[in-house]
Amino acid sequence: MRVLAAMSGGVDSAVAAALAVDAGHDVTGVHLALSEAPAELRTGSRGCCSREDARDAARAADVLGIPFYVWDLAARFREDVVDDFVAEYAAGRTPNPCLRCNEKIKFAAVLDRALALGFDAVVTGHHARLEDGVLRRSADLAKDQSYVLAVLTPAQLAGAVFPLGEMTKVAVRAEAARRGLGVADKPDSHDICFIADGDTAGFLRSRLGDQPGPVIDALTGAVVGEHSGTYGYTVGQRRGLALTVPAPDGRPRYVLSLSPVDRSVTVGPVEALDVSTVYADRPLWTAGERALPLTCDVQLRAHGMVHRCTVEEDAAADGAVRWRLALDTPARGVAAGQAAVLYDGDTVLASATVSVTA
Amino acid sequence: MAYLDHAASTPMLPEAVAAVTAAMASTGNPSSLHAAGRRARRVVEESREALAQSLGARPSEIILTGGGTESDNLAVKGMFFARRAADPRRTRILASAVEHHAVLDAVEWLVAHEGARVTWLPVDHLGRVHPHVLAEALADDVALVSVMWVNNEVGTVQPISALAELAHEHGVPLHTDAVQAVGQLPLDFAASGADAMTVTGHKFGGPLGAGALLLGRDVTCTPLLHGGGQERDVRSGTVDVPGVAGLAVAAAVAVERQPETARRVGELRDRLVAGVRAAVPEAVLNGEPGPGRLPGNAHFSFPGCEGDSLLLLLDARGVEVSTGSACSAGVARPSHVLVAMGADEERARGSLRFSLGHTSTGADVDALLDALPGVVERARRAGLPR
Repeated sequence: MRVLAAMSGGVDSAVAAALAVDAGHDVTGVHLALSEAPAELRTGSRGCCSREDARDAARAADVLGIPFYVWDLAARFREDVVDDFVAEYAAGRTPNPCLRCNEKIKFAAVLDRALALGFDAVVTGHHARLEDGVLRRSADLAKDQSYVLAVLTPAQLAGAVFPLGEMTKVAVRAEAARRGLGVADKPDSHDICFIADGDTAGFLRSRLGDQPGPVIDALTGAVVGEHSGTYGYTVGQRRGLALTVPAPDGRPRYVLSLSPVDRSVTVGPVEALDVSTVYADRPLWTAGERALPLTCDVQLRAHGMVHRCTVEEDAAADGAVRWRLALDTPARGVAAGQAAVLYDGDTVLASATVSVTA
Repeated sequence: MAYLDHAASTPMLPEAVAAVTAAMASTGNPSSLHAAGRRARRVVEESREALAQSLGARPSEIILTGGGTESDNLAVKGMFFARRAADPRRTRILASAVEHHAVLDAVEWLVAHEGARVTWLPVDHLGRVHPHVLAEALADDVALVSVMWVNNEVGTVQPISALAELAHEHGVPLHTDAVQAVGQLPLDFAASGADAMTVTGHKFGGPLGAGALLLGRDVTCTPLLHGGGQERDVRSGTVDVPGVAGLAVAAAVAVERQPETARRVGELRDRLVAGVRAAVPEAVLNGEPGPGRLPGNAHFSFPGCEGDSLLLLLDARGVEVSTGSACSAGVARPSHVLVAMGADEERARGSLRFSLGHTSTGADVDALLDALPGVVERARRAGLPR
């Protein structure tokens, strides 16, 4: 096959490209320029935006002896990922930008262009297994990224190749070292790539401005603090609440819900975070439709635990199809905007976006 | 492989490789006073004389530098500083809107950090600076004029002698970046009237990283690199003896063969242009259609195609071209040259430069013309991503 390897400058995508070469594919590397202001040189890695990352990707391609180009997708990335990220927070939800980037950039803008240019697929360094259109968890469960890939349609998955699915991260690094790739011991990226300093709340404040409002105790109804914007909070958050009134029972309080409309943040005891019903919008079958109701596992956040659940079809107020997930055991701290990904064992069945919990 | 990117860098001449290699085997700092130093100095000075001879300059007018970007920076900043020091009212720079980034960004830096003001001289739809445009912009507050001899992207040759004459009427010195001209166009520093001229070795068969600023004897220029005072106290730094040896030999060979190169490369280019037009009738030739264009340059816009897509697809078929100057390669930005020529964004984004040089053959042109129709069709299908 003629494949296009998306090379971030990290060790995973470099090894994925190498394995694609080994597999006999005709491989071309591309680095996606996603930042409109390519940041200063930085040591370490924050994923995809620094000049150092671009150079690391180019070096890896040179070592592999494959053509390499930079594709400027900054405008698309801003519209489809960054602006969406800000809008979701503004609406009181907690988005996952990596998931959106896979859905809209890597396996949409990039894949579409690759196919048009005569490539057969896009290769990435995601830790997930993909065979005959069936998406499964990585052999390395600690690094598994099937959750952020579960939003891909069968057509998108048909154009994807994930060579690292059977490998552990340790094995990936060893393989990189064996091949003389300089990124072998480059640190993993953890943060949101377009927020270079890791200060998500500060980034959102710069985009959304101060939107002060009350912090309300769910038990007493009393105002127990002030905040400068609901976007600074996520359901389940405990730290950084800056409460001015101690809880009557002296126990820690957690963010239970966000209401951007009246700018309120509601806090309460940990038990109040438990939900047993999750409603999710925009359902998508990853590899073929299954009959509902369906009993399976669901994962409600990246690297979160799975819950046994029964999925039923439900109609949202606007008539669109949504799913109602009845959890066998309560889940703690489920944020709207996150993906609900259905699994059968380690196989991804479907995904939908969490809208309401109860 | 069909290498059609001589404007980015052209293969070294065997004579230049031999000269560089020979000089590398010899020890000595040309500033040293002992025998080894004298040997090195002899190589440098003979090279300087040869280079001066080739380019129509005096040996004392050759300031050896590390290449085109350094020469451009030295000319623009050094002449600005010197002219302003002589008269503080001289703070305005006149430069064409289609200069290489080595000039553009040096000017922008002076504007941002040194209180300079700039008037960008507009070009017409073929990329030409008209003398009357310069005449209207000249005034007592002008520190210098910088207009390139020939544009590196679209190959349009500028009327440097006429521009220099106008500048001199106001007592203003003119710098010209002649990096693309050596070996393809007749070039004579003295006859041109320019006060400063940038040349660099790797554009005419010499080594990378060796260039010169030709600086008229009476032209003052404030140094940017301070140190040992080599190179007329204008440019300090131990002279790169092998680089200079290769630079001088390459210039001598390139200039001697210039008429023949221009004729042969010009014919190949004309065949390329005709072939592209036949293969892709909607392709638009950018720049001068006739004389007044660099013999080795062809530059086209392919409507509905992204230049990056065309480059990738041609590269995969062994045809090496450029979407613009190599310096802005990497992340694509619409070419400031095409924008200055009035091109819309689609035309600017869908453009490719094909540049021929001393090793180009008919087979290179054939390889391009063979690959092009399929490549354009596929690139058009990929379209212009937003």
